[in-house]
Amino acid sequence: MYLCKKGGSHPISTLLVTWVMLSNMLYAQSNPSKVKIDKSLDSIGRTVLGEITLISTRHKFKIKSPMPAQVLSEQQLKKLNSFSVADAIRYFSGVQLKDYGGVGGLKTVNVRSLGSAHTAVFYDGMSISNAQNGQVDLGKYSLDNIEAIELYNGQKSSILQPARGLFSSNTLFLKTKTPHFSKTKKSQVKATFKIGSFGLISPSFLYQQKLSKKLALSASAEWVKAHGRYKYRYQKDGGYDTTATRQNGDITALRSELSLHAKLKGGGNAILKAYLYNSERGLPGAIVANRYKHVQRQWDTNIFVHGMLQNTYFKKHKLLVNLKFSRDYSRYIDPDYKTLEGALDNKYYQNEFYASIVNQYTLKNWWSISLATDYSVNTLDANLYRFPYPTRYSYLGAFSSHMSWNRFNIQANLLGGYIDEHVKYYQQGDNQYVFCPVLSASYQPFNTKKFRVRAYYKESFRMPTFNDLYYTFVGNSSLRPEFTTQYNFGATYISQSIGFLQSLSLQADVYYNHIKDKIIAMPSSNLFRWTMMNLGEVDIKGLEANANFSFQLPSKTTLNLGLNYTYQQAIDVTKSTTTYGDQIPYTPKHSGTLTSSLNWENWQINYSFIYTGERYSQKANIPVNYVKPWYTSDLAFTWNSKFLKMPLKIGIEVNNVFNQYYDVVLNFPMPGRNYRLNLSLIF
Amino acid sequence: MKTNYNFWLLFTLSVITLSGCRSDDTIIPGEEETLPTETVTTVEGFYLLNEGNMNMNKASLDYYDYQTGTYSRNIYGEANPEATLGLGDVGNDIGIYGSKLYAVINNSNKLEVMDVKTSKRIKVIDIKNCRYVTFSNGKAYVSAYDGEVQLGETSANGFVAEIDTVSLEITNAVKVGRQPEEIAIVGEKLYVANSGGYSPPNYERTISVIDLNTFTKIKDIDVAINLHRLKADDYGDLYVSSRGDYYETPSKLFVIDTKSDSVKKSFDIACSNLTIAKDTAYIIGSEFNYSTFDWVINYSMIDVKSETLLDNSFLPQTVSEAIKTPYGIAVDPVSSTIYITDAGDYVSPGTLYCIDKDGNTKFTVTTGDIPGHITFQLKTTTLNP
Repeated sequence: MYLCKKGGSHPISTLLVTWVMLSNMLYAQSNPSKVKIDKSLDSIGRTVLGEITLISTRHKFKIKSPMPAQVLSEQQLKKLNSFSVADAIRYFSGVQLKDYGGVGGLKTVNVRSLGSAHTAVFYDGMSISNAQNGQVDLGKYSLDNIEAIELYNGQKSSILQPARGLFSSNTLFLKTKTPHFSKTKKSQVKATFKIGSFGLISPSFLYQQKLSKKLALSASAEWVKAHGRYKYRYQKDGGYDTTATRQNGDITALRSELSLHAKLKGGGNAILKAYLYNSERGLPGAIVANRYKHVQRQWDTNIFVHGMLQNTYFKKHKLLVNLKFSRDYSRYIDPDYKTLEGALDNKYYQNEFYASIVNQYTLKNWWSISLATDYSVNTLDANLYRFPYPTRYSYLGAFSSHMSWNRFNIQANLLGGYIDEHVKYYQQGDNQYVFCPVLSASYQPFNTKKFRVRAYYKESFRMPTFNDLYYTFVGNSSLRPEFTTQYNFGATYISQSIGFLQSLSLQADVYYNHIKDKIIAMPSSNLFRWTMMNLGEVDIKGLEANANFSFQLPSKTTLNLGLNYTYQQAIDVTKSTTTYGDQIPYTPKHSGTLTSSLNWENWQINYSFIYTGERYSQKANIPVNYVKPWYTSDLAFTWNSKFLKMPLKIGIEVNNVFNQYYDVVLNFPMPGRNYRLNLSLIF
Repeated sequence: MKTNYNFWLLFTLSVITLSGCRSDDTIIPGEEETLPTETVTTVEGFYLLNEGNMNMNKASLDYYDYQTGTYSRNIYGEANPEATLGLGDVGNDIGIYGSKLYAVINNSNKLEVMDVKTSKRIKVIDIKNCRYVTFSNGKAYVSAYDGEVQLGETSANGFVAEIDTVSLEITNAVKVGRQPEEIAIVGEKLYVANSGGYSPPNYERTISVIDLNTFTKIKDIDVAINLHRLKADDYGDLYVSSRGDYYETPSKLFVIDTKSDSVKKSFDIACSNLTIAKDTAYIIGSEFNYSTFDWVINYSMIDVKSETLLDNSFLPQTVSEAIKTPYGIAVDPVSSTIYITDAGDYVSPGTLYCIDKDGNTKFTVTTGDIPGHITFQLKTTTLNP
């Protein structure tokens, strides 16, 4: 908003051009730029003025963003053969996806080697957290109703956001589809049917209804079923060569969502959303010698209700309110673990209440400040022996200042948090006070808007999870938070129309991260043999580069090409250990991706390639821990057509075309070549 | 312009082509290290079984040859290239009987039988959740947690399997307590320590006694909760450790008289591992305290003849300070040389320390992950020491 207050220096046309350029910045669009301008005009046509500025501001931030931002839009997501959010984020740079394989396998994201607990995941602006284990399974989020995925190193540059968005080392935003209606249509249904390898069947629908000028309803549901069986092969030169079928990897899951979108008088908007996810799955387990089948099962139910309001009630002021209540249930059974009461049957219940208020005030047309205050209560109940029944009260506050001039902007955040731990029984974790500063800036050094440099410094932390603190025989209630420090320096360049090269965007960043008091499992000489300790220390130096090109080829063909490279040196610098100086587990030095799509009339061919370099499966960088590189190629053909005047889309995907057998996580084999057919119809 | 276009086409094609090929894996070869030699007596050397952390499938086998002083690390893979995924997951116990080497691979649900000279696989015997092995009179006895096959699917009890060391078939099984651990044989009786570790706080408290002639359980000796280690001395006594409950009840060590099959004596010392050589029991007491979140470690000795706790530690101070996570212990039955292992952080290679009977460190050597179990190779092997 404050940027737009500059008015004169940013006429609408400039904003539009910027928006077009920016759409190209991180990922080349499939359509020629002319079409894109039309699209942006379209969006102006159907939105109130307040929202235009919002859209423009948002995209403006992408180039002016002092922290690296990567975005996959709906158009780009369609080209990536991705079933879930987890599949798609592999194409971001600096990201390692920990994938246990298969449709139902756990998939968590590790950004810039800081560990998965350091990436906060937001679903329509609301953080999805798991106070029990700190993990968000991105395999649970299908791309079916996702409009955009955004990854921010550090944080999103907006200062009008909940404190949680600022507290995390990295943030991943998932945006669901918001209702859009043409002038003549009041409702719209999109039906999709997917079928594929591993016995995958997944029907889904999205229903959008305009209730009034200001009110719209959106409902979506998706059902996923798969037997999860696939062939994998373990083979050594001159040695064994075993091909087997993955067992117990079945999943049945239902996701349903209902949301109400309202436009408000002051130019703001409000959303009320209810979400339900329900699943049953087999846990296929680690494949070890003489053991190819496991029998453990897991059930999950996640429910949340989220309300959001963003509006301006008086001049120069903006208000953002978020409220959420969530309840998560998880049940794990292990028929092989026979107790006196029968097979092991663990049940976990988590509740979260979350409230956040953010006030933003514009002091000058180049200076805005905001105060974000978050309050949350987390509880965990479990039917475990000696379970302490913890409750955590978190009070987070963030004071932010953002100053922006034509060629320079700078943001500072001061974060303060108080975490209050309570337990019903046994030992209680220590209460924690934390304080973290963040500073970020972006600068245009030359007389061209095409090139900018950026830098940021950020301190952040993660709390020990309830499992870290309280899990029977493992938890350690004396744990402290795990701290990270990030330094980043980068540059962006965007350009348009150099002959047949329609657009070009480049961005590169170098960074240094340090983790101290890393929470790691250590031996404790008992049955389970582990306990959590604040022991690790890691130094991470990295480089990320990505380039996107859009080519206009002969015969109305367009080619989009994206290249992505990541170098990471993540060194264990924990004092007095035998692995001092070794690269930390599962962190390749080199990794990269290539994405491309070729468009001709109604046809589209997509090809994408992922490379993950050599890694070590454990701390010591020795031959027995060596994991060789893997690289997969995915191909897709899409045909857009009409069926009884209704838009119809048919897509065929071939994943892992060259049938490479590989493990992302050692002993959790990934599928070889597999297929998927997608049909979608809009009426 | 045109060349540029061709460049990108070529580039894309070459990437696609490259993605088709990937170099093949080879079996990771063993590693050798030359250490000081040891005087060959009836003992020629020993095998060390590294457990490997659970789900990592990294159990591995090392061998130390007394005569040459050669320490060979990770020898199983090269000796058995056809064994899919190698030795397996969590090597829990090892023993030699006759010409065969037996390794209990817990999470691989198997007893791996190998040739003692070549460590080549002879047979794999499936035993679900198997724990420890011992031998007597042409038979191998294996304790196991999961009696699904032998006792029916719903039984929480464990069992002891009897295996013929010639035919390598399971010939008999007997139901014991829940989650049985170590086994010892005295005369015609087999003793197994029951833990009940899967159902805290309802731990087992007994040693099950099995008559080897009829292979039936004749009695349970009530000792203390959560039993684990069980070793016999030369005087008809058993030393059995109770792990306690890791909270209020501490770990303790008990002596059982096998003539009366009753508790004879107890020592108020923590015992996470022990071995008996000649008249001395060597005890590692490594206890984790959940109130202080710290370890209390002791290296005690007991004179098993007089059943008295000796005052001194069996380790020189330099070694006990260097060791982070004491884990395995073995003492050469002839020379009384002490071999003790440090499992470190459990996920990195461990260390083996060799200390002669006068307390001098003869060598230290890097092992596999979680070095846990040592079995001596005797010139004419008849017993698992």
